[in-house]
Amino acid sequence: MTDPSLSSTGITRSETVPVPRYEPEAPENAPTNPKGGWGRFALICVPYFWLLLFFLVPFVIVAKISLSEAAVSIPPYLPVIDWSRGLVGLWEAAERWSLDNYIWLTEDALYWQAYVSSLQIAFLSTLLTLLVGFPIAYGMARAPRNWHPTLVMMVILPFWTSFLIRVYAWIGILKTDGLLNQALITIGVIDEPLVILNTSIAVYVGIIYSYLPFMVLPLYSSLEKLDTTLIEAAEDLGCPPWKTFWRVTVPLALPGMIAGCFLVFIPAVGEFVIPDLLGGSSTLMIGKTLWVEFFSNRDWPVASAVAIVLLALLTIPIMLFQRHETRRNEGDV
Amino acid sequence: MPSKPSWFNLTSLILGFSFLYLPIVILIVFSFNESRLVTVWTGFSTKWYASLLQNEQLLEAAWVTLRVGLTSATLATVLGTLAALVLARQGRFFGRTLFSGMIYAPLVMPEVILGLSLLLLFVAIDQSRGFWTIMIAHTTFSMCYVAIVVQSRLSGFDKSLEEAAMDLGCPPVRTFFRITLPQIFPGVLAGWMLAFTLSLDDLVIASFNSGPGSTTLPMKIYSQVRLGVTPEINAICTILVALVTVGVIFASLLTKRQRLKRMEEERLAAAHL
Repeated sequence: MTDPSLSSTGITRSETVPVPRYEPEAPENAPTNPKGGWGRFALICVPYFWLLLFFLVPFVIVAKISLSEAAVSIPPYLPVIDWSRGLVGLWEAAERWSLDNYIWLTEDALYWQAYVSSLQIAFLSTLLTLLVGFPIAYGMARAPRNWHPTLVMMVILPFWTSFLIRVYAWIGILKTDGLLNQALITIGVIDEPLVILNTSIAVYVGIIYSYLPFMVLPLYSSLEKLDTTLIEAAEDLGCPPWKTFWRVTVPLALPGMIAGCFLVFIPAVGEFVIPDLLGGSSTLMIGKTLWVEFFSNRDWPVASAVAIVLLALLTIPIMLFQRHETRRNEGDV
Repeated sequence: MPSKPSWFNLTSLILGFSFLYLPIVILIVFSFNESRLVTVWTGFSTKWYASLLQNEQLLEAAWVTLRVGLTSATLATVLGTLAALVLARQGRFFGRTLFSGMIYAPLVMPEVILGLSLLLLFVAIDQSRGFWTIMIAHTTFSMCYVAIVVQSRLSGFDKSLEEAAMDLGCPPVRTFFRITLPQIFPGVLAGWMLAFTLSLDDLVIASFNSGPGSTTLPMKIYSQVRLGVTPEINAICTILVALVTVGVIFASLLTKRQRLKRMEEERLAAAHL
């Protein structure tokens, strides 16, 4: 078969495909191991079964327990499936399942408030993290080339040190007699110490601080790839700097901004440590509610229902994020 | 690219990095404070480090954490590397979407949900909780991080090397150990370190899956922080920060040396051609 468009450019078939393939019908991402077979099967099975057993099955169990009712027994819920009787046992348990726990969640205003305020806090702190992170990422991307590896390392390094420690460090700073108030009083900005710890402001500070690397790194990687000639072109054509930034830099950095926002928002919604240590009793977040329900009230079915609803809430942004990622990866190819 | 950063960029870098590092620096400084009050400086002292060494509960917790970290990071690295090979090299197979979903999901899932769901599994199979359950829980979520890190390394290097080895009759397992593993080693090492620090760091998942006698260091720190701030905590934190910093520097030196060695080998190989 001859292709006139190829032969006219002087390229023949044999030159474009110089190596004869053993498996001409193989798909593009065919297994590297041409023998396939048992080796490939085992390779796939080991991590697959681990994840099925310790990731997927647990979720099925959570879903199941969310349909049970709390009881004073071990384990503290009813009914318990009697597996010794096989499917009959499963059926007998299934007949007693109900959606009562979910109805309970909608009836008690506490849960509703906890979900709403978790989403609110997560949303606002994501925005604030973006505002704090953007100048850092921008500064990193515009720094001299040979600084880049060090700067990236410096952003990652706090991430390697304990999360709990970093949250804990803020207690000493934000306390009423803490270092921030001491410093502000010394320089004369305020006369009376501010109450920051145990308010939602402290939670915002904690989230921004803890999740900043998640925002800075994707932002940096998209700003770093940004073609600076586009900015120069805009400036040459008389575009004022702020407008260049808004019309050129921001749209081009959008993939990094979206990725960073998701990476901050999703874990922030279910955050437990930060609201518990910095927010005190005044801030209500769903991760904390789940924890209290489980450990203090020992109401496992309600805790499971809280988890399932939280998961459902997060699945939407996770799916949006994944769709965005696939689109971006396709764009890169 | 300008050779010198503008004042604006320089200011944002300085402000940003002081925001990131100042709290940690303050923590370290106050671990050497004489006073019991964490926020008032009264003089230099190392007494909190000394009292740390006598706190047997804390040392016990640190030992549990270290054991959990080492075992789960190692297991997670093996499983995560296998998962990365599956994702990057195995093409299509039955349930691939589910598989990659299960790899990505733990990265974004709130820890409370992961902790709760695994605990309920252990209760359902009547497994008493302790060292092993924490270890399994940590392995499960950190293998996903390892898989992502190793996968990015795998997609970055030339597949034709593996193909060449196998065309020359090298069996797949040997190809992996002789060709693939040395190539992706920095990724595997980074994955191990990430898994190790994730395990050292984790409070929420460990709290759900621990039993009596298997308190980890973060759980201990957490309960002490809730009781009230003591400089002893600052001292532990400082030690942890120091360990992590040394580890990271060591790892980066190791990978740098490896890279230099490889470059040297390539230069020699080229000279012999």
